[in-house]
Amino acid sequence: MSEHITHVEEHRDDEASKLGMWLFIFTELLLFGGLILVYSVFRMQYPANFHEASLELSVTIGAINTVVLLISSMTIAMAITAIQKKNKKLTLRLISITVFMALVFLFNKYFEWGHKFEHGLYPGSDLMQLLERGHHLYFSLYFFMTGLHALHIIVGMVLLIICYVKVNKGSIAHDKFVFLENGALYWHLVDLIWIFLFPLLYLIS
Amino acid sequence: MSTEYISFLEHQGKYKGIRSWIFATDHKRIAFLYMYAIASFFLIGAILGLLMRIELISPGETIMKPQTYNGLFTVHGIIMIFMVVIPGLSAVFGNFFLPILIGAKDVAFPKLNLFSWWLFMLGSILAVASQLLKSGPPDTGWTFYAPYSTTTGTNVITATTAAFILGFSSILTGLNFIVTVHRMRAPGMKFFNMPLFPWAIYATAWIQLLATPVVGITLIMLIAERLFGIGFFNPDLGGDPVLFQHLFWIYSHPAVYIMILPAMGVITEIIPTFCQKKVYGYKAIAMSSLAIAGVGFLVWGHHMYTSGMSEQARWFFSLLTFLVAVPSAIKVFNWISTMYKGSIDMKPPFLFALFFIFLFMIGGLTGLILGSVATDIQVHDTSFIVAHFHYIIFGGMGFAFFAAIHYWLPKMYGKMYNFTRANIAAVALFIGFNLLYFPQFLIGIQGMPRRYFDYPPRFQWAQITSTIGGFILVSAVILMITNLIIGVRRGAKAPANPWNGTTLEWQIPSPPSLENFDEEPLVKENPYDYK
Repeated sequence: MSEHITHVEEHRDDEASKLGMWLFIFTELLLFGGLILVYSVFRMQYPANFHEASLELSVTIGAINTVVLLISSMTIAMAITAIQKKNKKLTLRLISITVFMALVFLFNKYFEWGHKFEHGLYPGSDLMQLLERGHHLYFSLYFFMTGLHALHIIVGMVLLIICYVKVNKGSIAHDKFVFLENGALYWHLVDLIWIFLFPLLYLIS
Repeated sequence: MSTEYISFLEHQGKYKGIRSWIFATDHKRIAFLYMYAIASFFLIGAILGLLMRIELISPGETIMKPQTYNGLFTVHGIIMIFMVVIPGLSAVFGNFFLPILIGAKDVAFPKLNLFSWWLFMLGSILAVASQLLKSGPPDTGWTFYAPYSTTTGTNVITATTAAFILGFSSILTGLNFIVTVHRMRAPGMKFFNMPLFPWAIYATAWIQLLATPVVGITLIMLIAERLFGIGFFNPDLGGDPVLFQHLFWIYSHPAVYIMILPAMGVITEIIPTFCQKKVYGYKAIAMSSLAIAGVGFLVWGHHMYTSGMSEQARWFFSLLTFLVAVPSAIKVFNWISTMYKGSIDMKPPFLFALFFIFLFMIGGLTGLILGSVATDIQVHDTSFIVAHFHYIIFGGMGFAFFAAIHYWLPKMYGKMYNFTRANIAAVALFIGFNLLYFPQFLIGIQGMPRRYFDYPPRFQWAQITSTIGGFILVSAVILMITNLIIGVRRGAKAPANPWNGTTLEWQIPSPPSLENFDEEPLVKENPYDYK
């Protein structure tokens, strides 16, 4: 019987793993889709308020963060190529850069949020209740959407760190790197969502 | 090629005792875990339901205060919908039989499958806790409508967190099954060689995957609304409570099809077996499952005809609602055509399947009354609605679950139950069910509101009839379960193919071995090739 058990556990199908990750990405897109729907409804209802409130955000920090995430998507894609070329050292370095970029993103986000908090602007604050309705909804959406996205950044970072450990141990290698591919897919998703959030919150006016 | 046969129930893995179950990655053991959990929750939910029926036996306060009644119907709804009916067929029979029916050794991601069960248990414990914790059970109804759900002092956050976790578990199960169908089919089994239960599970899995995230984010918004006052659903802060209803039903209407599609799949397996006849219109049934899943995404507005919607939106949703009835009707006609000139064998599973068709048709046809705007506005929020969805959910999904357990129990346990007792239980269930829910249609039309713990005396005849029906129903459920337990404990040994079925599960011993197929399964071009 023991051969049977090992057989079940050793069953490996990279295509299946990738399909599973893609399906999971669909669910994430729909999760944010719900939020974007709410955003569009309120934007239609309060166009002037949304315009004024969006001027409060710093396009510069937003743009820097966009570039940071785009670069990180590139480095993680390069890491996959590196592992296929059996260059373990380069792979590790590229994953580290990606994680570093994620930290930079969170760092910027921290200052951006902190700045708002200092002015008494955060969900549930007294100031928020005094704002005009459209402003209130805009900032609620801002904190909700970017907060949920930051949570995804953290999850993605954890995944990438696991990838790092696995590459280091050798359980991700040039002939078995589907875990790294899936981690990278997830990271691209996090990036993609930001690509939508940035114009919605910062640029459209 | 292989070693001697050991059933999956006796197989010794890495763990012993209870741990060999709760840490099992075998899809069959996980199916059993779901089944025991869901059966327990079903009994809890049924007892809550019976308590409501006792309260309604006479006008005014009978055994409980109005607030208790509010808590009861809410938690009855949460338990029955999120913990019993939505996971029910796909997590139990989908887990057990989807891999076997397509000739696979397991699902695509066995560990994820176990993780889904753990999430399911975590969510369920939270849901039950919401009933018991200090601030009192949630009193919003299972729909958590804003703005009341954002202001009530009861345990709404616990309950919505529970629903979110249960939803996540459902997503992962759906994901697992989609990948399983795409990647794990036995060599030679194309999509159109699959039996129709896998087709139904496959269509369901897409709904689970694509609809559930929307309710997930909605519930998070509701929690944030309560914690931080984000204002999305609060008109005082510029938000819109109707927006909550839209977001909620974008998931929760497709969720109705998560419940009923696997039920239709079960019935489609049972009918050809007990008629010993090829299923009529194989492709039509397979495609109608996908059609129901697809169109089902676009009809959510029919829950909201009275909530404030434009005239155009209402007739459009009404049109789509009528359209989604078409593939359901296709299935009913196909089942009946399959029976035509078949050699019918009235065993308990078939009896349950017949009751299913009858009850589902009443549920479906009354659904059309609700789908057309004018009549819906008359009966909106009355007990007519309660009767309608119980005919679909309990008469449909519930009876299909009973049919499935009577059909597949010999395969799952390798034991046979007593047919006479099973038949008596089935008939008693059918009688009790109709006594319980049919009067609610009648007084619903006359204006008996749903979710009220009190009513004018002129409705009492119906309420008493319903309560009597409720007692018959619960007794019949107990009789049925007892009969099944006796069967499993002391029943005769079941042969590999007790019903002379042709699908793959009947080619292997009862109960199956750990890897289901010790030899390559013989895949037929038509899964239902009766001579």
